[in-house]
Amino acid sequence: MPGNIVQLAAAIAIAVSASVVAVAAPVGNAKRGTDIYTRCQACHALDYNRTGPKHCGVVGRKSAGVPGFDYSTAMKRANLTWDERTLDRFLANPPKMVPGTTMTYAGVPDPQERADLIAYLGAAGNKAPCR
Amino acid sequence: MSFFDYPNVVIARRTMLARSGAVLSGAAVALLTGRDVLAATAGDAAAGDIRILNTALGAEYEAIAAYQFGAESGLLQKPVLDLAVTFQGHHKEHADVLSKTVQKLGGAPVAAKAKYDFPVATLKTQADVLNFAATLEKGAVSAYLGAVPLFADRDLAKAGASILGDEAMHWAILRQALGMPPVPVAFMS
Repeated sequence: MPGNIVQLAAAIAIAVSASVVAVAAPVGNAKRGTDIYTRCQACHALDYNRTGPKHCGVVGRKSAGVPGFDYSTAMKRANLTWDERTLDRFLANPPKMVPGTTMTYAGVPDPQERADLIAYLGAAGNKAPCR
Repeated sequence: MSFFDYPNVVIARRTMLARSGAVLSGAAVALLTGRDVLAATAGDAAAGDIRILNTALGAEYEAIAAYQFGAESGLLQKPVLDLAVTFQGHHKEHADVLSKTVQKLGGAPVAAKAKYDFPVATLKTQADVLNFAATLEKGAVSAYLGAVPLFADRDLAKAGASILGDEAMHWAILRQALGMPPVPVAFMS
């Protein structure tokens, strides 16, 4: 059964790759993310819209998903769901991931800082002022 | 002991404020003169720069409104009230330059919103208002720091950095007014 052996080898390779990725991905720390979030506060708040949309509930939300917020055309067309993976990509370089976004910010280059920030955003959604 | 208990630091603050005005004026002149360079900035690059300027302009309008709220709150006492009005004046200058530059580039500047949301329920004292303002100013430093590398036109990047410097001075002085170390870090991010 050479075919089965190839399939098994492929499955093992995928599993190993996935485990390597899982190990390599930084684990976010919401407490550290609190400090990093201060960088966002020229334009964002958790519980109300400003120059940028509010962040309560952002993890799991569709892009351009805050009712009543005046998103850019680019963001309206992005068709993303904000999870840890997409937020990580976006926060690394917003204009690169969504060209034309009005989030004209070069991004957070440090993967650990991005993980911390995303952990903070996730945790913030479960307590005041979001709840 | 607060910042305003130190006469020598008050003198330093006044000196800094005067200097910040001079820096911005220089940038404003650079933005509003010699616009042939900007006029020649083409296509996508200009569109990207207009987008950056308009995002900054929107944030500046909000800062103006925030200081207006603070000034009218009845919570700020002199000389802190004067400080807030001075900083609001800087943000008005920033907004004016940003708006005119967007127009020079052929774009449409964003307008100020009719109404801004602020966390009014949490602002009960002068310290609350100063903390809120300091949070906005620190965010502004980070926002300009994140915007400066994106400008296609290096003159605009320079002007953005000039505004960044002004926001950083606001943040430091607000922290000192709160009795906090004015410059807690060697690098901003």
